[in-house]
Amino acid sequence: MTITEKILARASGRQQLSPGDVVFAKVDKVMLHDVSGPGVIKVFSEWEKKGMKLEKIWDPDRVWVTEDHFVPAADRVSAENVITLSNFTKQYGVKKHFKYGLGQYGICHTLSHEEAMVLPGEVYVGGDSHTNTTGAMGAFAAGLGHTDVAYVLMNGQIWFKVPETMLFKVEGPKPAHIMAKDIILKIIGEIGTDGANYRAMQFAGDAVKKLSMEERLTLTNMTTEAGAKNGIIEPDETTFAYLRERTDAKYVPVKGDEGAEYAETFTIETARMEPTVAKPFSPGNISAARELQGTELDKAYIGSCTGAKLEDLRAAAKIMKGKKVKIRTEVLPAAQSIYMKAMKEGLIEIFMESGAIVGPPTCGACCGAHMGVLGKGEVCISTTNRNFPGRMGHVESKTYLASPVVVAASALTGRITDPRDLK
Amino acid sequence: MNQTLKGRVHKYDRDNIDTDVIIPGPYLKIHDHKELAKHALEGLDPKFPEKVQAGDFLVAGSNFGCGSSREHAPIALSQTGIRAILAPTFARIFYRNAVDGGYLLPIEIDKETVKKISDRDELEIDIAYNTIRNVTKNEQYPMKPFPELIAKIVEAGGLMKYRP
Ligand code: SF4
Repeated sequence: MTITEKILARASGRQQLSPGDVVFAKVDKVMLHDVSGPGVIKVFSEWEKKGMKLEKIWDPDRVWVTEDHFVPAADRVSAENVITLSNFTKQYGVKKHFKYGLGQYGICHTLSHEEAMVLPGEVYVGGDSHTNTTGAMGAFAAGLGHTDVAYVLMNGQIWFKVPETMLFKVEGPKPAHIMAKDIILKIIGEIGTDGANYRAMQFAGDAVKKLSMEERLTLTNMTTEAGAKNGIIEPDETTFAYLRERTDAKYVPVKGDEGAEYAETFTIETARMEPTVAKPFSPGNISAARELQGTELDKAYIGSCTGAKLEDLRAAAKIMKGKKVKIRTEVLPAAQSIYMKAMKEGLIEIFMESGAIVGPPTCGACCGAHMGVLGKGEVCISTTNRNFPGRMGHVESKTYLASPVVVAASALTGRITDPRDLK
Repeated sequence: MNQTLKGRVHKYDRDNIDTDVIIPGPYLKIHDHKELAKHALEGLDPKFPEKVQAGDFLVAGSNFGCGSSREHAPIALSQTGIRAILAPTFARIFYRNAVDGGYLLPIEIDKETVKKISDRDELEIDIAYNTIRNVTKNEQYPMKPFPELIAKIVEAGGLMKYRP
């Protein structure tokens, strides 16, 4: 069995599982945020009208909550959503609620690893499609809708159809300026935005082994853009070391069997990879950055769970150090802790000196919510993960997706720029 | 499952109709179902909610509902009156949300069938026999049967009413 199959087998009390089997699996952790939380609460209130009252949730200690999409409150409705969320966590005794402006908080898929909310071998579900991200920790991590999350909060389990696994072996040395973002864009470009529909995407190979934890998370984050049910990487010393710095919690890691069967195996060579960009309006619409060289931009955005982790900020700052930006450039670290680390390392100063603005951690404009959304006709280069029409604002705005170094280089010239061509 | 559904088709022959198109990001903070319906499919056809009558069907291309996990998407569509969506494939979370929430039926049909169905056609969908009759054109098409567990959840009217 693959790692995904083994985790689901363990969680559903089976010896053996095959792709296609439908099982009820026990859930270890569940996450809600300020958009899905009120949605889930709404489901409960609808059920209550039908006589099914939620007296208590199955295990408040396995539930965690963050405020990320519409914080700082974008308007009255968002403010009220956050109140609804606070009332809910208070009523049901959920202690892990990361609140905006009250110590650590940040984007859900960043806190999940930064705060070690999820551990190897666990089944983790969240009310957000990029829950896949956390699979880089060696967990089964998948996004669910409101009804499903509500069901999990009541019963501690949920059905899954065991996915087939696609194995991506990433091999070879990584040239300068190539980041995990280039690798995953390349893969999505190859298999298409529904290329992994209903399936698991597993990453392996010596290039993945050498990636840091944060870089690995960029790979799994964007498995959602290929339609995958989950993204996953077998845990190793990098995973364990990352966790040791953050938690004493015990866990039992899972790895796939030697003879595990994969639906498809792909080999991706990194040696000759080019800095890559996804053009509007699809994350699968890729090009080499150089081919787009000269495309005029209005704005550069360094933010989101995909592209505002500490290493993303470090990579961008390295390019921007001592230089000035030519277009509006916004940097939104993905969590309070990352913001602080970036400050102590002097990264925030580099960004500000370059003329960029550094904002509070939030999903913000990544999903077109607030904090710098795009207007009609505006063109943006962004470290985020989606560029559908209207994703970051007006339906007639355009977003190019790229790695933090490509976005940083482009910020300095005002045009799409391959960092290798910077003078 | 003993059920026949009748309704008219609204066809949007496009692959990858994503959740940002179905219900754009700024409306995510809205949790009032009626209000959401007013913006259903706004990114593609702002007049869509006015066109739909209760019981109608949406016919679309592959990978319908890709993108975010927002349950707002099937809610908004179902609140306009759409009873089923017919497409070659669905994004998995959209599919789960539609079924588990009991909002509408995601029905998988092959690409050829999508081509044969026109906007405004009247269809009769027989869930028990997995067939679709095109009343307007007097044609019949197959649909992919629901897997066993999903059929039970559909029959129960959603995951919450389903008893294992
Ligand atoms: S940063 Fe963007 S992709 Fe990540 S959780 Fe927020 S809205 Fe979703």
